[in-house]
Amino acid sequence: MSSNVHMIERLEKINPKKVIIWTLLFIGSIIMVTPIIFMVSMSFKTGQEVYIFSLFPEKATFDNYLFVLKESKFLYWGLNSLWVATFSTLSVLFFDSLVGYTLAKYNFRGREIVFIAILSTLMIPTEMLIIPWYMMSREFGWIDTYWGIAFPGLMTGFGTFLMRQFFMSLPDELIEAARIDGWSEFAIWWKIAMPLVIPALSALAIFHFLGNWTAFLWPLIITNDPDMYTIPVGLASFNGENETNWEIVMTASCLATIPTLFVFIILQKYIIKGIMLAGLKG
Amino acid sequence: MANVQFENLFKNYGDVKAVEDFNLKIADGEFIVLVGPSGCGKSTTLRMIAGLEDITAGNIYIDDSLINKVHPKDRDIAMVFQNYALYPHLSVKDNISFGLRAQKLPKMEVENRVLEASETLGLQGLLSRRPGELSGGQKQRVAMGRAIVRNPKVFLFDEPLSNLDAKLRHKMRAEMKKLHKQVGTTTIYVTHDQIEAMTLADRIVIMKDGVIEQVGTPNEVYKKPNNIFVASFIGTPAMNFFEGKVKSCSKSLTTITLKDQKEIKLTSNIFEKDQDIIFGIRPEDISVNLDKKGKMKDSIEIDAVISVIEPMGHETIVICDSNYGELTGKVESSHTLKENMNVKLIIKEEKIYQFDKMSEKNLLL
Ligand SMILES: Nc1ncnc2c1ncn2[C@@H]1O[C@H](COP(=O)(O)OP(=O)(O)O)[C@@H](O)[C@H]1O
Ligand SMILES: [Mg+2]
Repeated sequence: MSSNVHMIERLEKINPKKVIIWTLLFIGSIIMVTPIIFMVSMSFKTGQEVYIFSLFPEKATFDNYLFVLKESKFLYWGLNSLWVATFSTLSVLFFDSLVGYTLAKYNFRGREIVFIAILSTLMIPTEMLIIPWYMMSREFGWIDTYWGIAFPGLMTGFGTFLMRQFFMSLPDELIEAARIDGWSEFAIWWKIAMPLVIPALSALAIFHFLGNWTAFLWPLIITNDPDMYTIPVGLASFNGENETNWEIVMTASCLATIPTLFVFIILQKYIIKGIMLAGLKG
Repeated sequence: MANVQFENLFKNYGDVKAVEDFNLKIADGEFIVLVGPSGCGKSTTLRMIAGLEDITAGNIYIDDSLINKVHPKDRDIAMVFQNYALYPHLSVKDNISFGLRAQKLPKMEVENRVLEASETLGLQGLLSRRPGELSGGQKQRVAMGRAIVRNPKVFLFDEPLSNLDAKLRHKMRAEMKKLHKQVGTTTIYVTHDQIEAMTLADRIVIMKDGVIEQVGTPNEVYKKPNNIFVASFIGTPAMNFFEGKVKSCSKSLTTITLKDQKEIKLTSNIFEKDQDIIFGIRPEDISVNLDKKGKMKDSIEIDAVISVIEPMGHETIVICDSNYGELTGKVESSHTLKENMNVKLIIKEEKIYQFDKMSEKNLLL
């Protein structure tokens, strides 16, 4: 009886608009997922089979994985990437939100100018900055160092902008109450403001971590020593002059995806959880 | 416990004069209510005491020491905000103890004080909840708890009850009063609600456009309003006003012409010839009569038609149309009044307030 009612309710809910939306989303997800499926599939194929167009390998093999993990420097690169991306992400979370908070919640002379200056850095393409960065790094001896790979991304205009927007929506009264309660300005930021923008921090962390994880151009330029490569640079080094072992590249790519999945899975629940304004108003 | 004193306090926001020449002495333990229409500078004044707003000019003293430049945390005040400003991510207990922990008090003492405050306010069962899991009234209590646990010299309240529904507001108003009796801390309370002001205050400060219109006990501002603004602001329903002009005045008798050329004679000599007068009469001082009795001594009689009747239980509000505009009376509900009835409104001369039209000042003071 009750299941009948459910059926009827379901049928009534189907409307043309929803059908179209679902269809589009379905097509979209196929387009997104197909290359990933082929990536996984190829990582289990042998060298000869790579160029055969098939979803399932005729004879699945783990040799590629053994090769990547044992024979290549993949684990080095992975650690390099992990270290640089983590350090850079923590730095961005700290500094971008500190600056964003200051721009959002303090009135001082020249605030607008500082904000616009930070915002305008968003319009400069990375490619243009690479030469000055490189010259600077050479001067300071940062080539082939973690610091050299990470320093351009330790603070971002985008993150500052994002955090400022979120902090602006925090009620001033919370900050004032904490000020009357006797906490220092830094403590107010850390104990009151930061916990309330965790959704924004999580989003920023995901963006920045993924951006860093997949960054190619700058790490390629700043590293010469294969021990210092990040994963994308290392992947590119699998491309030989005459031939590319695609099954190896795909295997390494599969492995490289795993940490990003973890980051996303861990942080996404904070994005969804909006505790923002729960304490205000009756 | 402390006294608070304002000396020629000014606050400008650019061209906006939010507070102008504010002078007041608040005694130790007094419950002062700042009341006035929205935008009159009440919050600004309160925020200057708290140190959340810079002072444009003038001085504020707490306990006879100048605090203009003292950091909010060193003023030893506690403030309750209109939206409560509870920290959403902290439990009730942590909300209440947040200020104590800033002072680095010993853990045991913090614990004890939080317990004490939560007992006073009936919050014992709620200590582990987050603000999002509380009702409006409970949030309000937590906000109060956060204030009293610090045991400050002065409490500052900015419209703390205005987000509650009418019934709860009434209840919390009573609790507020009880609490003040209990702890006896000097309190400065801001509201736009004159009933709240009348019921809570030791003294009321009535403000308009950044200026103090009158300071006095609830009884004083009700019985002896300085001017038309105060007279109309205090009391519900609001005072009725109608105009007159002095026709002649002698030593002991003044004749005043009303709008419809009717003349009334008053036994006072505070007027000048041709002076424009505004009379005020409180709804509770109007008696609404059906029978055409002979004229009573020392009273004015006005013919009117009832336009609206608002029964309120034991009282009834009667709104009438007359030659002098709309007049509102408040009578006991035993009356058999109906809409569209012709009635006589009888007003005792001694109950009439008299204001100068030009200056809007109360002529009887
Ligand atoms: N930060 C501000 N900037 C500019 N004007 C303000 C600011 N705060 C208050 N005002 C103005 O000051 C006046 C008094 O405001 P306020 O003290 O909040 O009034 P109230 O609390 O009595 O409703 C109002 O005209 C308001 O617009
Ligand atoms: Mg206000």
